[in-house]
Amino acid sequence: MVIDNVETDTFSKFLIHHSKTRGEHPAIREKSRGIWRTTTWRGLADEAGSLACALHAKGLQRGGHVAFVGDNRPRLYVAMCATHWLGAVTVPLYRDATAKEMLSPIQSAEVTHIFAEDQEQVDKLLEILPQCPSIRFIVYDKDRGMRHYKQPQVISYEELLRQGREAEPLKRDFLQAEINRGAGQDVASVFFTADETGLAKGVVLTHSALISRARAAASVDDLNDADVALAYLPPAWIGQNLFSYVQPMIVGYCVCCPESAETMLADLREIGPTYFLAPPRVLESIVTQASIRMEGASGWRRGLYKSSMAMARWLGPRILSGEGVFIGFRPFYALGNLLVYAPLRGVLGMSRVRVAYTFGENVSPKVFMFFRSIGINLKQLYGSAESGFFVAMQRNGEVKPDTVGKPVEGVEVKFTPECEILVRSPGLFREYHNDTQATALAIRDGWLHTGDAGYLDDDGHLRVVDRLQNVGALHDGTLFTPKPLENRIKASPYIAEAVVFGDGRDTVCALIDIDAAAIGNWADKKNISYTGHADLASRDEVYALVADEIAKMSAQLASDPVLANAQVRRFVILHKELDPEDGMLTHMGAVRRDVVSKRYKALVEAMYEGHSSVNIDAETSDFIIRDVPTLTPMQSKRAA
Amino acid sequence: MMDMTPLQISERGFAIGQPILELNEISLRFGGVKALTSISFDVRQHEVRAIIGPNGAGKSSMLNVINGIYRPQEGSINYQGKPLANMTPTRAARMGISRTFQNIALFKGMSVLDNLMAGRYLRTHAGFLEVALQLPRARREENENREAVEEIIEFLEIEHIRKTPVARLPYGLQKRVELGRALAAEPKILLLDEPMAGMNIEEKQDMCRFILDVNDHYGTTVVLIEHDMGVVMDISDRVVVLDYGKKIGDGTPNEVRSNQDVIDAYLGVAH
Repeated sequence: MVIDNVETDTFSKFLIHHSKTRGEHPAIREKSRGIWRTTTWRGLADEAGSLACALHAKGLQRGGHVAFVGDNRPRLYVAMCATHWLGAVTVPLYRDATAKEMLSPIQSAEVTHIFAEDQEQVDKLLEILPQCPSIRFIVYDKDRGMRHYKQPQVISYEELLRQGREAEPLKRDFLQAEINRGAGQDVASVFFTADETGLAKGVVLTHSALISRARAAASVDDLNDADVALAYLPPAWIGQNLFSYVQPMIVGYCVCCPESAETMLADLREIGPTYFLAPPRVLESIVTQASIRMEGASGWRRGLYKSSMAMARWLGPRILSGEGVFIGFRPFYALGNLLVYAPLRGVLGMSRVRVAYTFGENVSPKVFMFFRSIGINLKQLYGSAESGFFVAMQRNGEVKPDTVGKPVEGVEVKFTPECEILVRSPGLFREYHNDTQATALAIRDGWLHTGDAGYLDDDGHLRVVDRLQNVGALHDGTLFTPKPLENRIKASPYIAEAVVFGDGRDTVCALIDIDAAAIGNWADKKNISYTGHADLASRDEVYALVADEIAKMSAQLASDPVLANAQVRRFVILHKELDPEDGMLTHMGAVRRDVVSKRYKALVEAMYEGHSSVNIDAETSDFIIRDVPTLTPMQSKRAA
Repeated sequence: MMDMTPLQISERGFAIGQPILELNEISLRFGGVKALTSISFDVRQHEVRAIIGPNGAGKSSMLNVINGIYRPQEGSINYQGKPLANMTPTRAARMGISRTFQNIALFKGMSVLDNLMAGRYLRTHAGFLEVALQLPRARREENENREAVEEIIEFLEIEHIRKTPVARLPYGLQKRVELGRALAAEPKILLLDEPMAGMNIEEKQDMCRFILDVNDHYGTTVVLIEHDMGVVMDISDRVVVLDYGKKIGDGTPNEVRSNQDVIDAYLGVAH
């Protein structure tokens, strides 16, 4: 039920449309104080209108920038609606960003009004307030601890809304006029994304770009107003913004906000979303959790799970894709579904999931197929903030684990001789905010240079290999692309992250970040006592376990003559988890290769110099380096 | 995470008022053992008052006297200007004095939610049959209680363990739940018996923040016992120091810190 109307070219027009035609339907649900509370479309539009009046009175101009720092809350989305109502631009920021990280987006976008969730965020903003003369008002949502703040810029959401509600009856004509003034070409949002080097760039997207992509993506899966999505990822990330603001506006489905990050899984079970977006990291942790729990189960249960899952891996994806499966096998899968798959989907809160998406370029095929084999329609998509997020999506019945599917309607894809993916689409961003140089580099002749390497396979599916700058070769000429290798290694429940090196070298080496929960659980079972993460990470037993896991991956590679040389020869387990706070990961949990390789340069060199242990700074104990046995293609054939 | 150093007393939600609790010449003996010897001090409305002292100084006895568990042989207690005689824990609770215990005293097999609901007992008037038959008053009260409890759950940030049995929680969280149960009774005075004992630094900081927030948000008067001097000095308005059942110091954290008797007691000078 995609609303396809030329007249509705801005989000505000969509909002009014929903409020008028289906005002009593739920727009947002939030669990607060133990109860799911509903905001209807009419309620959302009314509150947004009042808030828009108040914001206008507080000096928000058409084209002005409003920042949002907070979690997924109905009020955050109301405030976004109000901002768009006045033709202003939303600038969502990550709530776990430091004050210093917030400084440059706020300065460069000349943000005038900020919606901050709570005291913690207000404190950060007040810290940088002297350097940001453009800030006129900081609006906070939760009043806890806020009563002592006497700064003239600080005002509560409630107070602002009260002022707006008072003014609203006299301003109806103004509000209507503001909506009519909006056009699709207006800038809707600026998303600040940090690139590999950690430098933040503001991606400017218009209403029409976002709307066109969301529309195309919605029609791929026939999204309709009965769908339900859960908003649990940072709203500052374009993916969450599309799933919990843009697409609901266009399709009219309901977005649910969990009570807190810790209650997410329980809330997921209560809500039972039908449309789900999960970054690979979330999926990996779900699989790891499931395997930890099953290891703790009694013997016959474990046996049942193992045999059912083996069957699921074989039959599940084919059944889900609607391929023919010998009719005699079907009762077995049905039995497995009754005993294992359906309860498992229930525990994961995915019983009602109709469509789920993850990013193809980062997900390991094993993790991906886990979900498909138990009957969850998980698919891959590809895109970025610059390309309007929906570039390629897998279609139902055409899912291959190693591609991201066909380009979405309206998207053209071509490739440079170096295999860089170029995209032309109505969803392309307009520019990098205040950075014409970077813009000119990214968009040349109307084509976005994504910086990703890839190709179209024989069926016209896009296959994304890695970031172009990461693609290299070993000394002997073997093509070296770290990401697919890392994805394979990460598929092990014991390994959280892997960063592999090999460009311009003879062999491949890896830094391994272990999954503390899974390995801790394993160590408990083996009666291995340990004091903490660093201790666990330097245990011989753990090294042996990880070496085994990597060797399994190597065995797969060895059978492929082209990749046989890309087997990991040596590895080090890091003493400390990779953490967004150290800048090692992005806010979305993806590894920043540059930062990691710079930080652990000495470790990498030591691996290539053949040392068996290395000390990189005086405060930490030595890192141990270990070899992994590798197979030649001949051996692997013999073994098979 | 939290900012412990500058405690801005002037900027609090509730100004410190008149004495709400006065203890005069309290002496407590167990047989021949003198637990407390003529101790006098007062607690003012909305303040955070700490009782500190080395092990065996009589801190817990003092709290038990206020709470009505022990009856002092000598001395009197005035609560809100009226003398209190024949104090019992139940009466204390009815009069708005809630407490937590040094060795957590929660219902281990019950969920966090049920423990907090139990804390609402005094705010419940419906009788056994009314509740059993789910008559209107019982249902209304149940809803009101649940709402009050949910507010506390949000306040203490324990939404994620709402339905978890208490026995399965780590120590620091159990302490927080116990604070929650005491708060559920909407007390005027909150007695905390070593709320930070056995916690790591992070848990201590969290607990400090919650105690200050309770005081700031609900205006609850807090009396707390602690032997960790550092923590106490940061969050209390005034401190009483006990040693061998005698009061050796009383005043603001700074006054107490420079009190020679206190220094001696903590550094261990021969008596």
